[in-house]
Amino acid sequence: MAILEAKGLTVDIPTEDGTVHAVRNVSFAIRPGSLFGIAGESGSGKSVLTQAVMGLLPNADISGEVWFEGRNLIGLSQEEMRRLRGGRIGMIFQDPLSSLHPFYTIGAQIAEVLHAHETIGPAEARARVVDMLGKVGIPSPAERFDDYPHQFSGGMRQRVMIAMALILKPALIIADEPTTALDVTVQAQIVELLDAMRRDFGTTVILITHDLGLLSSVADDVMVMYAGNRLEYGRAADVFRAPAHPYTAGLLRSTPASYRPGTELAPIGGRPPSLLATPAGCVFAPRCPEALARCANERPPLRVYDDGVESLCWLEAGAGRARPVAAAAAAVKAADPEPVAEIEDVCLTYQTGSFFGAKRSLEVLKGIDLTVGRGETVGLVGESGCGKSTLARIVAGLVPATSGRVRVLGKDMASLDARAWRKMRREVQLVFQDPFGSLNPRRRVGAIIGDPFRLHGIASGEERREKVRRLMEMVGLNPEHYNRFPAEFSGGQRQRIGIARALALNPALIICDEPVSALDVSIQAQVLNLLRDLQRDLGLTYLFISHDLSVVRHVCDRIAVMQGGRIVELETAERLFADPQHAYTRTLLSASRTLPAFADGGARMLVETRSAS
Amino acid sequence: MSGIAANEPSAGAEVVQRGSFALTVRRLRRDTASMAALCVILAVILLAVVAPWVAGITGHSPIEQFRETGLSPAGIPVGPGAEFWLGTDQLGRDVLVRLAYGARVSLLVGVFASMLASLIAVVVGTTAGYFGGTVDLVLSRLTDLVMSVPFLLCALALVSAFGPSLMLSVAVIVFFSWAPMARVIRGQVISLRRQDFVLASRSLGAGPLSIMVVDILPNLAVPIIVYTTMQIPNSIVFEATLSFLGMGIVPPTPSWGGMLADASSNSLYLVAWWLIFVPGTALLMTTLAFNILGDGLRDALDPKSARTVRRLRRRPKAGAKP
Repeated sequence: MAILEAKGLTVDIPTEDGTVHAVRNVSFAIRPGSLFGIAGESGSGKSVLTQAVMGLLPNADISGEVWFEGRNLIGLSQEEMRRLRGGRIGMIFQDPLSSLHPFYTIGAQIAEVLHAHETIGPAEARARVVDMLGKVGIPSPAERFDDYPHQFSGGMRQRVMIAMALILKPALIIADEPTTALDVTVQAQIVELLDAMRRDFGTTVILITHDLGLLSSVADDVMVMYAGNRLEYGRAADVFRAPAHPYTAGLLRSTPASYRPGTELAPIGGRPPSLLATPAGCVFAPRCPEALARCANERPPLRVYDDGVESLCWLEAGAGRARPVAAAAAAVKAADPEPVAEIEDVCLTYQTGSFFGAKRSLEVLKGIDLTVGRGETVGLVGESGCGKSTLARIVAGLVPATSGRVRVLGKDMASLDARAWRKMRREVQLVFQDPFGSLNPRRRVGAIIGDPFRLHGIASGEERREKVRRLMEMVGLNPEHYNRFPAEFSGGQRQRIGIARALALNPALIICDEPVSALDVSIQAQVLNLLRDLQRDLGLTYLFISHDLSVVRHVCDRIAVMQGGRIVELETAERLFADPQHAYTRTLLSASRTLPAFADGGARMLVETRSAS
Repeated sequence: MSGIAANEPSAGAEVVQRGSFALTVRRLRRDTASMAALCVILAVILLAVVAPWVAGITGHSPIEQFRETGLSPAGIPVGPGAEFWLGTDQLGRDVLVRLAYGARVSLLVGVFASMLASLIAVVVGTTAGYFGGTVDLVLSRLTDLVMSVPFLLCALALVSAFGPSLMLSVAVIVFFSWAPMARVIRGQVISLRRQDFVLASRSLGAGPLSIMVVDILPNLAVPIIVYTTMQIPNSIVFEATLSFLGMGIVPPTPSWGGMLADASSNSLYLVAWWLIFVPGTALLMTTLAFNILGDGLRDALDPKSARTVRRLRRRPKAGAKP
């Protein structure tokens, strides 16, 4: 008996450009007490699906059935839905800061949930809230009851959100990317907590995430979505051991977490389709490496295998065996390369404190020593707030250091005058984290990539256009898209635009500040491979900043682990993974989950083929 | 519902990516109020343009006094009729012709003063917002100062010192209308300045002027367009106010404010309603139209605004019942 069962759920959302088919004919059943994972890239419809179930999309056309506790949720009145939400179905959102009201104490906010659904006295409500806060691991809950959200760290806030979702002991909790906004080490704790709470309270959990590593470690069942379609569905162990659908297999292959030394990431080519169009065949066909002729124009059938895995695909035997891609021979690196950037004992201290209050100084960097040699990639890893982005800005010369020396190509950054500083801009370039914020939305791509030429007066007119086209080709963009605006490109393509802009002046050092953190897994691999290919072909030097160890391992020669403004460990990538010395490095390593090794799917038998529609 | 049908991409077809300009025009065209406002504005502009032809057709110049035909024997203005389509005023002048010429003054002052005010606002706001610190402090206090000067008192003092003229009214209007917009621009620039693309430009070696003009200014297009449109009716009303008080356009040059002043000066409107009704309606309709258009433009340029969403919500319901 399933606790929540969806049959042929379809969600269409009308927008400016036409109807977005966000969810198309999705069915699933969730066993009571299980952890059900929904995986997919951004825009795959996973969040829209749950919002439709919760009745949070008054704007959309929803058809199909969703059965929960003997009632069909689709078509329930707003009033009935309101009573269900919170009471029987709890929700946990991605961003714990914006989901909590900044003006009320966390205790009052959780108690409000109780008062809204039950008749209960203030003292009793308080006791129950304190009890629940203790259960989700908030230390000294009775005292923290009266604290405001800003007095909690990100992880603690997410614990508060979980307490709020659990307080009424709902039958079902929907967690929408609950760990995405958190640091790696905190992510692991939150997932453990969710898992423990599910066991203690017998609550069913729907976990929505793009992180397959996370799902593989906790989920009982998974559903893989792509462009609103349910492509694969089954027990997590079976799906991750041997994915039946080429898309799932591709996702697993492109995850840096499944990286083995000496192999190259195998990205899924292309980009996710527009949800406005209704393709005649399989939605994944244009990007599928194993696509057959019929995939393009015939709807795929539903294949049911003997271990219960269901896949929406024409392939009868499931996805092909993973072919390990041998890495192209790495450029031969000089044993002792000349240094491009030398950082010596760099400190940065901010003076804070209000006009009236006492002055306090905030130490962001406490003495950093690091050398980046020509042609190598040095990784900087650490949690948010450890000072890694600040260090990048100091090396780039955008922020002056309080003390210490930064020398790029032998020149001291602090001693440069205005003209020399401008000249130095040609040597150090930045690739930013946010592919949306780092490109001016009102300027054309050709103008953005041509900016370095314009600002340094290098090429103009037709010559500049020609150079920009060549750069676009180099990073894998279509040069015909010269006149488009950034909004017309996907996240991965925008990151390519940012890389092209950084490459324009042929700099000695490129600082990549979390260049793939905002991208989907399949796209991440494309960008990482591009960065690596460019390094091999052009002999570039990277300072690569990331919070994700597995990403850094894939591209870096040496890795520096940062904690609290200090480098606690600096080692070559493989040695760091094989033999971590510092306790913090070990914590980071254990927090980044590795996927189970995936075997070939030959052991699986096809039992049934159903027409999907 | 043809709109939805046209949007429905056929199977496998490439989804059309519309440019931001095309989308704005589409949204604006769907807004009936804005379209009606645009029609009114176009009509007023047409009236101003064809003013000499109006004078030619009726055979009346705007300042000519028709004491024989335009006034009754008792000296009362003639009402709307075959010869004077919108009647005459207390001196026997044709109201229609004066209205057409008055539209020229109103539009000239309204558009010209608003553009000038916007220009000052953009320069002050961008400079204050981008540089911050002392520059911001000085410019922001200057803005506060201008906003705290009483408009009418100052205008009256200036006019009595320099004597009324068209240029002086424009100058007074510009002086009093740039400040609120400068504040808005300053706020926008402060948030834009912190964006990554500005940092990216800076890391490429761009100077402050280049960043302000190339990077920040294009992102201010929406508030500039909307505020300038909203400023036009304010300027028109300012001008009318000045003329009404006899401080604006020098008679006998016709202006809407001056026509209203003439009507009220000797209580003539008690017997000749058209003297107040005609210029009053013109003023009301013009300012209303500009305000509605400005509102509509803001909704069309900013797709996240509530009204666009509401309109979208209505469509599927209508589509469900063909």
